[in-house]
Amino acid sequence: MIEMKEVYKTYPNGVTAANGINVFIDQGEFVYVVGPSGAGKSTFIKMMYREEKPTKGTITVNNINLSKLKNSKVPLLRRNIGMVFQDFKLLETLTVYENVAFAMEVVEEQPNVIKKRVMETLELVGLKHKARMLPTELSGGEQQRVAIARSIVNSPKVVIADEPTGNLDPETSWGIMKIFEEINLRGTTVVMATHNKDIVNNLTHRVIAIESGKIVRDEQKGGYGYES
Amino acid sequence: MKARTFRRHLRESFKSLGRNGWMTLASISSVTVTLLLVGVFFVIMMNLNSVATSIEEDVEIRVHIDPAANEKDKQTLEQQIAGIAEVKSIDYSPKEEELSSLIASFGEEGEALKLVEQENPLNDVFVLKTKNPTDTIRVAKQIEDFNFVFSVKYGQGTVESLFNFINVSRNVGLVLIIGLLFTAMFLISNTIKITIMARRKEIEIMRLVGATNSFIRWPFFLEGLWLGVFGAIVPISILATAYYYLFDFLQGKLAANHFIKLIEFNPFVYQLSAILLLMGAAIGIWGSLMSVRKFLKV
Repeated sequence: MIEMKEVYKTYPNGVTAANGINVFIDQGEFVYVVGPSGAGKSTFIKMMYREEKPTKGTITVNNINLSKLKNSKVPLLRRNIGMVFQDFKLLETLTVYENVAFAMEVVEEQPNVIKKRVMETLELVGLKHKARMLPTELSGGEQQRVAIARSIVNSPKVVIADEPTGNLDPETSWGIMKIFEEINLRGTTVVMATHNKDIVNNLTHRVIAIESGKIVRDEQKGGYGYES
Repeated sequence: MKARTFRRHLRESFKSLGRNGWMTLASISSVTVTLLLVGVFFVIMMNLNSVATSIEEDVEIRVHIDPAANEKDKQTLEQQIAGIAEVKSIDYSPKEEELSSLIASFGEEGEALKLVEQENPLNDVFVLKTKNPTDTIRVAKQIEDFNFVFSVKYGQGTVESLFNFINVSRNVGLVLIIGLLFTAMFLISNTIKITIMARRKEIEIMRLVGATNSFIRWPFFLEGLWLGVFGAIVPISILATAYYYLFDFLQGKLAANHFIKLIEFNPFVYQLSAILLLMGAAIGIWGSLMSVRKFLKV
C-alpha cells in the first residue's frame, strides 16, 4: 500500500534526510517509525503525503505514484490519508463537531451524511458529549482525540501520525494508543513516528528504525531499541 | 461547484468576518479611508474638468470681414473657412447685429451708441467654433491669410494661457488620482495580507484534509469582496450627502457666474458610487487572493 524504492531526499540547504530508502508497508499494517531526532523520520513521513517530494526514487501510496502526481491532484491523495500531529492542528475558532465535519465539507459530502458520520466518529473516540465545546476547553488528550476523529472521518486507507503522544502524559498516551489500535483493527494502515519507548516496547508492532536517512532496522514485533 | 458548496463558502465568508472581528474592522477602515480620499479627489477633478470644458466651449473665433468685400467675396471666404477640417460651425453676423448686441451689452449707457447706427463703423463677422477647442489658435492663424479678412480675434493671449492651465491641471489631477489608487491598493492589500497571515494555520489544515486550492480560495475571495464592498459604503454615503448639500449651496452663490457650475447630482453621484463600489470590490478581492496565493504553493 505504501512503497518506497531507492528514495533520496536532499534539502536545498544540503541536509540529506533520506539516503536510499526501500520499504513496503502492506494494507492493514501497524508500523512504528523510530530513531533519534534529526534522523529523517519526519521527512520519511512527509514524503508519504507529499508534503515533501523526493529528490530521487519512486513512492507509491494507495496505488498513486507520487512522483508523477500533479500539484492539483495532491488534495485527492490527502483525502485517502488521515493525518495526526503532535500539536493537534485543530481550528480554535471551531467547535469539536465543526473541526471534524470540516474534513467532510472539504470533500463536498451530503449534510446528513456529514452529521451522521461525525457523530459516529466522535462516539468512537469518546467525545460525543463534548461535540459543542471549543478545543481550548478540552484537555490535551481530548484535543488529540478530536484530531484523530478528523483524520478518520473520511474512512481513509492510511492514517499517518507524527508523534501523536509527544505532548501527552503517559496515561493519556495509552488512551490515544487504544484508539489507534481500534482504527487498525478495522483494517486501516497506521504509520506512526514516535519517541515513546514505553509504548513501542509494550504494544508491539512492526518497527522501522531510521538513522541518518537510512533504514537501519525493520522487524516485526520489534522493540524501541534506543535508550530513553 | 455544487450550490450547497457555494452556500457553504458564502456562510463561511460571513462567519470568518465575525470571527476575525478586529482584523475585519482594520481592513474595512483602510478601504474606507482610501476610497474617501480617492472619491473626494475624483469629485474635485471631475468638476474642474467640467468647468474647464465649458470654458473651452465658449472659446470662439471671430473673423472680421474687410468692409471692401462684396457678397461674392464673402461667399468665397465662407467656403474657404468651411473647407478647414477642424471647423465645426460658421455663423454669419452682419454688422447691424454686431452693433445691437454691443449696445445691449452696455445696458443703459449703450443708448449713446445708437447715434452711430446710421454710420455703423463695425465689420460683418463670421463667428466660428472648432471641433476641438485646442485647434483654435492654429485655425485662427490659417484664416488670417485669407483674402478679405480684416482681422481675426479669439482672445489672443488669454486663450493660450487658459489652455495651458487647463492642460496642466488635468494632467496633475490624473497623476494624483493614479498615485492615490496605487497607494490604496498597496495599503488595503497589506492590511488584508496581515489578516490572512493570522490565518495561515487554517489554510494549512484545509490543505492537510484534502481541500482543493479553489475550495480554499473561494471563502477568501468572498471575504475580500465583502471587505471592499463594506469599506465602500461609508465613503459613498459621505460623498453623496456632502455633494447633495454642496450642490444646493453653491448653486445659489454661483448662479450669477453662469459658467462655473457643478456637475448635476444625477447621474454623476450614482456613477461615482458605482465606481467606488467597483474599486473597493476589486481591490478587496485582489488583495485577498494575492495573499492566499502565497500559502497555496504545494
